[in-house]
Order: sequence, then structure tokens, then C-alpha cells
Amino acid sequence: MIAYTIQRLLLAIPTLFVISLLSFVLIQLPPGDFLSSYAATLAALGEQLSGDTLALLRESYGLDQPIYVQYYKWITGIVTRGDFGLSLEWKQPVKALLWERMGLTIALTLSTLLFTWLLAIPIGIYSATHQYSPLDYVFTTIGFIGLGVPGFMLALVVMWIAFIYFGADVGGLFSDQYKNAPWSLGRVWDLLQHLWVPMLILGMEGAAGLIRTMRANLLDELHKPYVTAARARGLDETVLTYEYPVQVALNPFISTLGWALPGLVNGGTIISVTLSLPTAGPLLLRALQSQDMYLAGAFILLLGSLTIVGTLISDLLLAWIDPRIRLTH
Amino acid sequence: MYWRFRRHRLAVVCTFIVVFFYIVALFSETISPLDPNKVSNLYKYAPPQAIEFLDKDGNFSFRPYVLGFKSSRNPETLRITYVPDPTKRFPVRFFVPGEKYMFWGLWPSDIHVIGLGPDAPANTPFHLLGTDRLGRDMLSRIVYGARISLSIGLIGVTLSLVFGILLGGVSGYYGGWIDAVIQRIIEFIRSLPTIPVWMALAAAMPPKWPPDYVYLGITIILSLLGWTGLARVVRGRFLALREEDFVLAARLSNCSEPRIIFRHMVPSFASHIIASITLAVPGMILSETSLSFLGLGLRPPVISWGVLLQEAQNIQTVALFPWLLIPGAAVILIVLAFSFVGDGLRDAADPYGR
Repeated sequence: MIAYTIQRLLLAIPTLFVISLLSFVLIQLPPGDFLSSYAATLAALGEQLSGDTLALLRESYGLDQPIYVQYYKWITGIVTRGDFGLSLEWKQPVKALLWERMGLTIALTLSTLLFTWLLAIPIGIYSATHQYSPLDYVFTTIGFIGLGVPGFMLALVVMWIAFIYFGADVGGLFSDQYKNAPWSLGRVWDLLQHLWVPMLILGMEGAAGLIRTMRANLLDELHKPYVTAARARGLDETVLTYEYPVQVALNPFISTLGWALPGLVNGGTIISVTLSLPTAGPLLLRALQSQDMYLAGAFILLLGSLTIVGTLISDLLLAWIDPRIRLTH
Repeated sequence: MYWRFRRHRLAVVCTFIVVFFYIVALFSETISPLDPNKVSNLYKYAPPQAIEFLDKDGNFSFRPYVLGFKSSRNPETLRITYVPDPTKRFPVRFFVPGEKYMFWGLWPSDIHVIGLGPDAPANTPFHLLGTDRLGRDMLSRIVYGARISLSIGLIGVTLSLVFGILLGGVSGYYGGWIDAVIQRIIEFIRSLPTIPVWMALAAAMPPKWPPDYVYLGITIILSLLGWTGLARVVRGRFLALREEDFVLAARLSNCSEPRIIFRHMVPSFASHIIASITLAVPGMILSETSLSFLGLGLRPPVISWGVLLQEAQNIQTVALFPWLLIPGAAVILIVLAFSFVGDGLRDAADPYGR
């Protein structure tokens, strides 16, 4: 197990490196460097940036140096000092904007993950043990709709219904009085009261897929000879279901955790724009639109790292639960 | 395979839906009742008009009618509201001459599948799905949007297929370290959160690009990250088939490698590929819609379903004019239909699988 853990950890490092490289390339992709677009924005506002200032700024950001030096400066700043550069649009360090939003993103992602599991596992078990019952059909139909309806459509429709019938605006994660307040117990409570709407919308898609997987896995398992043998020996039906088949069927849940996370981050990005949540999504979108590239790069780097770490954890969990995996490595 | 597919009733029904949508996309000039870009100052945010089967005297007739609007201004909000006016009744005709257009940009014509015909007085409203902020006909816009949204799905999947077959095939056929490298790349791409990366790539496209470049760019961006699923399928099949006797026989008969691959191996897993493609198309359509919805994909004046949904971003607007959400219904319908067809094809291609 230890050997496998070390091996897996070592494999994650190059992956993180590639992610950082990719984020950096994405930052550099737009034509012209960000200073020229900054100067253009200023010019549009009527301010002029003198050539000297521009050259000075260029030097302090290392923009006159070759690209690998720039990358080196950028990544060492992040790794050693936690310095993600400067957001030009907000005129403050990126890290000041970053962490609260990333924290809320992670909170939303993890709570949604938990929610999908809590929803999908019991429903999956029920659907498999009561195959072709009316409720099974209901769940299957809901599942297909959840798979087919894009998250932002669902978000729009939920907002629309809430607006028309309850007169409530379900967007955002905080009430007005807590929006810019410092963290306190009251603010956390407020967050929890708002979190469930995006959680429900975001969880719908994932839960739909998981219900189908759970149902299919358990159905496969329930028809195996050992279940019949146990039943023939008069074992209680509840014990019979939960003791072995359910545990075996749960295996793919952990192995697909690594894919579930990118999906959740994907969905979360779009839904948070639709519902205007104070998570990474809307700010990333704005940063990309205004070519505030250090900010955008930081978000892409962190969102990518989030999924890679998630995959790593799921691999380790899987190896811990299933000895076959750690032994073949 | 065809007979097995026939057994999957839902998939057969959905095949008709998919075909219908693609016919609409193919003949959108003729099928759309009006010019999708024509701005109307008289009818902004007009609600959908119902089709009725009662004529002027209240008797049933086979010729459907639409009611004209009586518009009035709400004294409080200063918004114009439209109420159906039962005194104005216009017969709906089929295959009638209407606005002129160039079919596929090549042949001039003015025949529309549905319309009011030349007898109706000028400026008669005919908006079966309402109008948008500028008074443009929603139905026509959805019909034209189908052309862009659906073709992006097809072209994107074709591109991913090229990548997928090439890389997956190389990976599965040769094995060894090439396989290991390609597998690592696939794993890496699969662990990426695609939407933020897509957003960044899409934002990197110069805003001055003409629409057709943007269209091409979006398609390439989508397939750049979308080929991994298909590559996995292809590789798996290659690995399985490589050991088969008939491949060995072909090799012993001194067949060249391309001949072995394309003449002997590809036909035996073509059905799998088709099923995987069908399952990949809805993902592409959804991605394009999401990107355009965020304002990073296609931009007006291009009409795609995502661009249309952009108008529905503001919840106050949607609450007042819910018909702006109709393009979303089209997206859901085509995505579900494609998924069911794909499921049916997969079951038909692989009776022992799952």
C-alpha cells in the first residue's frame, strides 16, 4: 500500500507540472501581451500610459524576457510565495481575490458530491431491488431527464419558477446583509441556507448518472450464484443485499470519483455564472473576457489541480478498498 | 444489427426526431416562416400566437387560423402588452410565397412551408413562438439555429473521430511505449475540467475574426478535448481484435498493415464506432450551447441555440417573456433523442456487452 501510495504521488507531480504549463500557455494565447491590452483599456478610458512607464512595467513583469523565463518566474512565485501575480482589472494581487472564491467553489463541489452520493446510492439500491416497479420507472425517467437537460437550462428554469411562484431570487450564495461581511457564524448559516439550490441543480446531472450505474451494477451482482446460494440457505433478504452485493456495487462509485470531479467543476462553472454565485466561475469568465490573464491563469491552474488531487485521492481510496488494484502494481 | 435496433422502440422513435431535426437544419430557409434577422418595431417581445381551427363565424374548419394582436401600453410599466384580437383572423397557408431568400445561398426562391401568404395585409404578425427583444421571429431563429448547432455537433465529432481513430488505433495496434504515452495523455485530458479550458481557448480567439472562422475555431476547440472517449473505444477494440485468428491469417497472407487495419479490422468494429459517435454528438451540441450561452462561443449575428439562450440569461426578462426559453427545449429534445438512439445502437452492436 505504501509503495503504491508513493508511486501514485510521484505520478501526480508531473501531471501537476503539465497543468501549470497548460495554464501558462492559455494565459499567453491571446494576441499581444496583457500590458498592451491594459494600455488599450486605459486609453479607452482616456488615460495615457507613457512609453517609459510601459517599459518599466514590462521589465518588472519580465515580459521582455524569453517565455521560459517568464514561466519560471510565474511558477516559482506561486510555489514559493503563493504569489499569483497581479490582477490588472481589479488592481490588487490575484491571491486576494482568489481564495474566498476557490473556498466557496470547493465547498460547493464537495457538498454536491456528498449530496449526489446520498441521493444516488439509496435510490440505486431501491431501483435494483424493485426492478420494473412504478417507482423504478419514475426514477429512471427522472434520471434520463437529469442526463439530458444541461445544467444551465435547469438553473434557468429553477430560477424562473422560483421567481414566478415564490417571488424569490435564488441566485447568489449570501443574503444582501452578508454579501460583503467578514466571516462569522451568521454568515456560515446564511451560506448553508443558500447553498442547497445550486447543490440541487448541480447534483442532478451527476446523481442521474450514478443512479444508473448503481442500479446496473447491483442488478449484475444480485443475479450471481452466491446470492442465490445465500438465499437458498435462508439468509435474511436485507442482510443478503447489504452484506455483499451492495458493497461490491459501490466500488465504481469510488473509481469514478476522479471523473465526477471534473464534471462537477465543469457544471459548477456554468451554473455559477447563471445563478451569479460568488464562486470561481463568474470571475474566471470576467477575467477571460477582459484578458485579465494572471487571474484567469490562477483559476485554471487551481481548478485543474483540484481535479487532479481528486483523482489522486480516488485512486488511493480505491486501492485501499480493493486489494486487487494495489497488488497488480 | 438493424433488426436488433428495431426492437428498441424508444430508439426508433428518437431516430425519427433526430432525422426531423436534421431535415429542418438542411432546409431551414424554406421551413422558417420569416427572415430570422428581420427586425420588427411593431411586435417586440410578442407572445406566441396560437393556431386555431375556428373560422370567422366560429365554425370548425380544416384551415388553421392565427389571431392578430391588439397592442396596448401598460400605463404603469410603459411596456407594450399584446392581447390576441379575435376580430382579426388570418388563415395559415402552406407552401406559400413569402419573403425572398437564397436557398443555400445559391438559388433564389420565396416558397415557405408555412406562412400567411401574399393575401394577408402588410405587417401582419405571424410568430408561432413569439418574438425576441428586437421583434425577430423566434421560430425562424430556432430553425436557423438548428443548422449551426447541429452541424457543429457533426463536424466536431468527425474531427474527434479522426483524432480518436488515429491515436487510439496507433495506441492499440502497436502497443508498447507508444500506447503508454498516448494513454497518459488521454488520462491527463480526461482529468481536466474541460469547461474552464474551453473558455480560455475560446477567449483566446481574436474578437475580430469573421463568424465562419469563429465557427471553425469553436469546432476545433471542442474536438481538441473531445477525442479521448472515442480513442479509448478504438484502442479497446484494436487490442481485442489484434489477437483474433483472422488478423493473424491476414498477416500470414502477407497483407500490408493499412490493408489489415482498414480492410479487416475496421469493418468488424464499425458498428461500435457508430454507436460511440452517436453518443458523442449530444455532448458536442451541449458544449457549443454552453460556450455560446456564456458569450465565449459563437456571437451574434450568428444564430445558434446557445446564442439564442444568451437572451434568456436575465431572469427578469425570462419571467416576463418565458418563450425565450424555447431554444432550450429544442436543445433538450435533440440531446435526449441522440442519447436514446446511441443507447439503442450500442445495445444492437453489442448484444453481450454490459
